[in-house]
Amino acid sequence: MKKIYSRIEAIAGNVITVHAGGVRNGELAVVSSAGQSSLAEVIRLREEKVSLQVFAGSRGISTGDRVRFLGHPMRVSFSADLLGRIFDGGGKPRDNGPELDENMIEIGGPAVNPAQRIIPRNMIRTNIPMIDLFNSLVESQKLPVFSVSGEPYNPLLARIALQAEVDLIILGGMGLKHDDYLFFKETLEKGGALNRTVFFVHTASDPIVECLLVPDIALAVAEGFALQGRKVLVLLSDMTNFADALKEIAITMEQVPSNRGYPGDLYSQLAARYEKAVDFSGAGSITILGVTTMPGDDVTHPVPDNTGYITEGQYYLKNGRIEPFGSLSRLKQLVNKDTRADHRALMDSMITLYAAYKESLEKKAMGFKMTDWDRKLLKYGVIFEREMMDLSVNIPLETALDNGWRILASCFSPEETRLRSELLRKYWPSREGESD
Amino acid sequence: MTKGRVVGINGNMVTVEVAGDVTMNEVAYVSCAGKKLKSEVIRIRGRLAEMQVFEMSRGIGVGDEVEFTAELLSVRLGPGLLAQVYDGLQNPLPELAAQCGFFLERGVYLSPLDEKKEWPFTPTAGPGDTVSAGDALGTVPEGIFSHRIMVPFQFREPLRVERIVPAGSYRILDTIAELSDEKGNRFPVTMTFTWPVKRPVTCYRERLRPVEPLVTQIRIIDTFIPVARGGTYCIPGPFGAGKTVLQQVTSRNADVDIVIIAACGERAGEVVETLREFPKLADPRTGRTLMERTVIICNTSSMPVAAREASVYTAITLAEYYRQMGLHILLLADSTSRWAQALREMSGRLEEIPGEEAFPAYLESVIAGFYERAGLVRLRDRSSGSITIGGTVSPAGGNFDEPVTQSTLKVVGAFHGLSRERSDARKYPAIHPLESWSKYPGLIHAPGTEYARDILFRGNEVGQMMKVVGEEGTALEDYELYLKSEFIDSVYLQQDSYDPVDAAVPTERQRHVFRLLFKVLASRFDFGSKEMARFFFNQLRQKFLDYNGSPWQGDDFRRYEDEIRSFLETKRSGEDEEGGRILKELGSDTAGDPS
Repeated sequence: MKKIYSRIEAIAGNVITVHAGGVRNGELAVVSSAGQSSLAEVIRLREEKVSLQVFAGSRGISTGDRVRFLGHPMRVSFSADLLGRIFDGGGKPRDNGPELDENMIEIGGPAVNPAQRIIPRNMIRTNIPMIDLFNSLVESQKLPVFSVSGEPYNPLLARIALQAEVDLIILGGMGLKHDDYLFFKETLEKGGALNRTVFFVHTASDPIVECLLVPDIALAVAEGFALQGRKVLVLLSDMTNFADALKEIAITMEQVPSNRGYPGDLYSQLAARYEKAVDFSGAGSITILGVTTMPGDDVTHPVPDNTGYITEGQYYLKNGRIEPFGSLSRLKQLVNKDTRADHRALMDSMITLYAAYKESLEKKAMGFKMTDWDRKLLKYGVIFEREMMDLSVNIPLETALDNGWRILASCFSPEETRLRSELLRKYWPSREGESD
Repeated sequence: MTKGRVVGINGNMVTVEVAGDVTMNEVAYVSCAGKKLKSEVIRIRGRLAEMQVFEMSRGIGVGDEVEFTAELLSVRLGPGLLAQVYDGLQNPLPELAAQCGFFLERGVYLSPLDEKKEWPFTPTAGPGDTVSAGDALGTVPEGIFSHRIMVPFQFREPLRVERIVPAGSYRILDTIAELSDEKGNRFPVTMTFTWPVKRPVTCYRERLRPVEPLVTQIRIIDTFIPVARGGTYCIPGPFGAGKTVLQQVTSRNADVDIVIIAACGERAGEVVETLREFPKLADPRTGRTLMERTVIICNTSSMPVAAREASVYTAITLAEYYRQMGLHILLLADSTSRWAQALREMSGRLEEIPGEEAFPAYLESVIAGFYERAGLVRLRDRSSGSITIGGTVSPAGGNFDEPVTQSTLKVVGAFHGLSRERSDARKYPAIHPLESWSKYPGLIHAPGTEYARDILFRGNEVGQMMKVVGEEGTALEDYELYLKSEFIDSVYLQQDSYDPVDAAVPTERQRHVFRLLFKVLASRFDFGSKEMARFFFNQLRQKFLDYNGSPWQGDDFRRYEDEIRSFLETKRSGEDEEGGRILKELGSDTAGDPS
């Protein structure tokens, strides 16, 4: 049995240091105080001096507390029993259900061999036109929602989770407001998806170290299910809180900060999580949909900036709408060629016209003369925003495409859309059905 | 063999107490749970050596045994490197997958080259010949290339060939020759040897100045901001501006013998596209697949950080090996910022005094050292070979003032700055035509590109002005200038990488099309109204885009060209004096190329 050490030499932030031998990097320990106990993880070794970060935080820890090393790194139980359950960042039940300790798997495992990856090819339908039509979500994609705090990103995530054609949903909540946590729970319950969902939730009032564990634990479980052939959707909200937790620990450990106090390895840390998104050939897949709140709507802030370099695009949520500019799905061209013949061309044409609308709007605001063309665009922009961008619109891709043609026809003549003649012949709505 | 024991662990840095001698940058193996983890010595303090572990350091404990190898971090060189997919330490990834499955298991190191494959060897040196490091002893065919089997680069003195095997099939580890030095020491030589990655190979006669253009078949690059064979260039840009796509297009179409792709700390998905598509794509020059002239070094963002730092050196060393055979190599590194970040992480762990944005103070010299390994060289047999390096930079926040971009700009010969503005407007390639620069000569007579650049510059100014005063407040002459600059942008600078014809424009066509474009630019027009001018250029643009999309010298191509010429005449009232002179210098605009 492992030895117990009862002399804590230093406590700084959430990191404690003990004198111990035979300890391994990344090993787990239990720190027991008078009335409570917490897990802790070895993060640095120097001879006999072992530094651990305490999951529950160091508040109330005394130098006389007992530290017992467990001889293994952080693990989580993996089985079908997880479904419908709710856990905290340390893997402890939050839902009054039994603790699970069967089939423990390590978290934060090795990366997938790039030679074993395949080119993604399946679209995930969400029934949101701004996603399905303009920036299709692809199975095994990693995509964050960039947003200012206050935007309805959690309802958006919940809605995609409910409507997406996936086998399993794993929600990793980091620094989630308790209300938001309850919102997710109730929404998924109401939508009948709870029994195919696993929650790992760290709320804003929980210890900060547990926040760090949430993505790893959620993704380890997702990986387990994906290897069994399931299509898993992982929701991570909010990754900025995760990055802030990293910052806090790094400062405590006296690491040299690089940009606005964030550690130099922020990119690698975020990439290690997002890159878990994968389509296993011959097994299932992991798709990651995250939220990155941008402090001050600043996309150059280190967290959204580093995220943008890692993920395969982003949805830019602003004023309750997914903006067509700034939003991007890097994988959309892999799937939108196979949906319907008019998908790509219609998408390009509608966006180009919407960009022109924005220009006309600007011209109008500056008091320049409006031409006929400007007036057509102004009409189009309003309809586009109402029928495509409004998040309450909930229609399948095919309907969205049909609506797209109808909108174009109600505002422009066919040649003004710059669409190819063959498409116009096939899809341009006939005169009779047209409204003025 | 020196041994040691682990006394400290911090992230992927391990401190080892050493009994005996250690060398800086020596490779050592840390024993951990039955596995030996590769690491490199990066600092020595008294009896303590600090090492970066190339693997996850989880599970390493104080007291674990460490074996030092007395060898620097090296790659294995020999026939069979082409078409391989390696990680940053030259581990072949497909073989690794066959052995370990989906995940990258740590502590598994496989031979980078197939040791069982037989190669038909033809000797070119004979007994009694005097040879030096890097000289050919014979050749084996590797794909379309004649792969030189060379005297290992380590030998500093001239050697005598004592014995060489006759032509026949040999495996890479078979002894194919025996060499001797002046003292009579004999050295058996096989078809393979190792070379430390951080030491440049210098077995050539002299380095030459890069002047010959490296044709990428991307118009904006070849015409306005060219790259030279043996030169260096960098592509900084914010995320989503198309750095990787630009690299991918270049890797397909660049006029070089071998392309080495160092996917360094970027998305795995992007490498996968190359990995899966290159074996299917035909190389237009050879008819074989693109994969046969490509080596991929792939250390993506979720793979261990220390190996990421090694990966760019692995790539450049392989490039130097093939350059020694008189070949032209293009090394594409995506992205050098990730490599710099790997340096920063290690520097932080070493608790060095940080420089700007916490990058180490030696960042500049390390970047310079890397780019300086590019170059055009004349070998001892008078043939020449080159390495061109193109590195992407991912500046934080898209701001080019950060240390990696600035350090890189100091040492490269061309700068292809990508702009968010242009990529948002879907103008691809999103290289900013006015901010980018190149010190190399291009495909087109320089006064011609200068003239066009001037129009771009002044037209852009008019465009800025128009945002304030509106179209009404702009003079017709200025408006025409503005339309000309927009015209250059939309028909020449932008290029559709998805169009089978427009995606790659060879030299001859570029020169031809540029002359036609120039004729438009040098023309004076008689429009009468802005509406007329806009209408004219819209029509002309449409014709020119169709022209760009039609196969070279085909029926459509000729027809569109005739249409453009006659349409131009409808409004053309004369010619700018300077423009007319340059147009003559550019050569005849109806016939083919002046040879």
